[in-house]
Amino acid sequence: MFSNLVQLLRYRGLIQSLVARELKARYRGSVLGFLWSFINPLLLLAIYSFIFTTIMPNRVEGVQPYALFMLCGILPWTWFAASLTEAAGSLISGGNLIKKVLFPAEVLPIVSVLANMVHFALALPIVLIFLVIYRHTPDAAGLVWFPVAVVVQLVFTIGLALALSALTVHFRDIRDILANVLMLWFFATPIIYPWSQKEVEPYRQLFNVNPFTHLAVTYQEVLFFPGPVGHWRWLLALGVASIGVFLAGYWLFDRLRDSFAEVV
Amino acid sequence: MTPAIELKDVTKIYRRYSGRQFATLKSALLQRSILRDLSPTETFPALQNVSFAVQPGRTYGIVGRNGSGKSTALKLVAGITKPTTGTVVVRGRVSALIELGAGFHPEISGRENVFINGIMLGLSKREIVRRFDEIVEFAELENFIDAPVKTYSSGMYMRLGFAVAIHVDPDLLLVDEVLAVGDEGFTHKCLDKFAEFRRRGKTILLVTHSLSVVERFCDEAIWLDHGRARAHGDPKRVVDAYLTAVEEGEEALLATTTARAVAAASTPTGGVPLPTSGESAAQAATAASATETGPHGIQDMFLATEGRWGTREVEIARVELVDGQGEPSFLFHSGEPFTVRLVARAVTPVDDFVFGISLFNADGVCCYGTNTYIEQMTPERLAGEVQVTFDVAALDLVDGTYKLDVAVHKRDGYPYDYHRLLYTFRVKSRTHDVGIYRPMHRWSFSGDVRFESPKPGQPD
Repeated sequence: MFSNLVQLLRYRGLIQSLVARELKARYRGSVLGFLWSFINPLLLLAIYSFIFTTIMPNRVEGVQPYALFMLCGILPWTWFAASLTEAAGSLISGGNLIKKVLFPAEVLPIVSVLANMVHFALALPIVLIFLVIYRHTPDAAGLVWFPVAVVVQLVFTIGLALALSALTVHFRDIRDILANVLMLWFFATPIIYPWSQKEVEPYRQLFNVNPFTHLAVTYQEVLFFPGPVGHWRWLLALGVASIGVFLAGYWLFDRLRDSFAEVV
Repeated sequence: MTPAIELKDVTKIYRRYSGRQFATLKSALLQRSILRDLSPTETFPALQNVSFAVQPGRTYGIVGRNGSGKSTALKLVAGITKPTTGTVVVRGRVSALIELGAGFHPEISGRENVFINGIMLGLSKREIVRRFDEIVEFAELENFIDAPVKTYSSGMYMRLGFAVAIHVDPDLLLVDEVLAVGDEGFTHKCLDKFAEFRRRGKTILLVTHSLSVVERFCDEAIWLDHGRARAHGDPKRVVDAYLTAVEEGEEALLATTTARAVAAASTPTGGVPLPTSGESAAQAATAASATETGPHGIQDMFLATEGRWGTREVEIARVELVDGQGEPSFLFHSGEPFTVRLVARAVTPVDDFVFGISLFNADGVCCYGTNTYIEQMTPERLAGEVQVTFDVAALDLVDGTYKLDVAVHKRDGYPYDYHRLLYTFRVKSRTHDVGIYRPMHRWSFSGDVRFESPKPGQPD
């Protein structure tokens, strides 16, 4: 397993060019091209904002402007959810490569996660624009936690993506199950409502075991809430756990590796 | 010398992960059967105790029918799958031409695909840049290299895939049936490239159905049959052994086809219903036997279906095709003796009877038909069980599958027993001439005409 992990480093160039291909291919032929990475979250945001500020107005103290608050959680979530959805099907759609070319299969789910990370990065200017519009200045010292959160999320997502992609080869149902689980997970994470809301209080223990809570809260504290980032302990703990998730995911992937070429 | 490829006692068992395929993950979880279902329930040995070694610089061929394990062997050498038991050792950089352009993405340009495919096959970016022009030139795609690959024809797609794979500059080239897909020009180009590889001392492992390629190109060959090595060594001998087995298999198949046709036609419901009136019987007989020109002068192809009919006052009890050695056979070589042997039985003695035979090719064209009456044999008496032998000294038919009609009827066509297209046999020929008949012939020339003397070792 560890020798394979070391091998993974050698595939940097391959991963890099596959991510580039993924991005190029996705928008090839569309008029707006890469702008879609920017427009998609914006449209999503418009929908949520309309619902939660006009139809069902959110009156919780301290989450105004609501659009900016929600943006902080929704962009990382989109990266996370889209990564897992794509990664789950990545081995099956890349079956030709696995069967016909000597190809390190783990590259495929990793490419899914990284390609979506690029979309995430491309959508970040939206946050910047909103910060300027609302004249909201995040705490400069807190900003150092932003890259840490990104790295933790990356490791965590790759770990899950590896496990899911390997299992989906054997249980195709996972793709459908995953869509539903992600829906539940989205609402179970303080993204469209704040962590501080008093209704959340009784379920705090449950929220604590949800890893994405800590990521969402960190992003919100870094970009939205004033004052120093208080959630960093949780974030570091999650970082350690993520390494565990990654190793477990990789182990599972490695165990099932030999079956891919036969079952895909 | 240490071999470039070494397979030692390799067995590859494919697992069919539970043929039933659990309905959902949930049910698998509920029944706690995940681990059990993930463990193989049915297995299928693709290779069994296969060993071979290829010395560096040699070209090694693998022949065998479909499903004999050839591609599995290649995938094991390529490292795409692992052997269940045994060891596979490969020394040197490998490039596998298993499926050309397997990693191409249809939406992006040929240029970008060359880079990504090259990286997948183990080249660095710099190496690709250096070889890029050569690759494009080889693929003959100078004008299309910036178009998305989805707009390529399948030939262009393959050429590009081949060009990239071959320019990886491997020490070891694995080739799976690549030659079968290209057009004539491209196939030649590939073969030239392989020859160049050989000259440069690279090792080639070749899986192909083109036996002449194996004979011409390979230094050694192995024949796999149902996952086992049946023969290896000198390619000519291996190919010969393989061909002999294929012929035997074909013959067995023809024998069962014929047996089935006869059985089906002899059951009461099978075959063509008995003609009732004398006139239609005569017509049917005339058309079906095709040995005489009927009143209409043409053959009625509506009646050209296989079957058996007749009153059976005289019955053809057995039909046998016999080769030059006197052995019953379904496979004949063009120009060799061919005999049809009938056993006929008359219930009561008859004085009006004609034996007829005709041969049809796969298109339903009558190649030859005759009967005893046409050949001026006036019937007098037939009683009890008799043997009829129809001898052909040299079966001068071209390569193909043929069907045989045999019949016994009255002079006016009234059918005793008709066997219509029930017997199938195959004619093999070393020359690939065409048509429906091969007259004895010889070429001669006068003037300044010269031909190369045939190369030794070249299949004719």
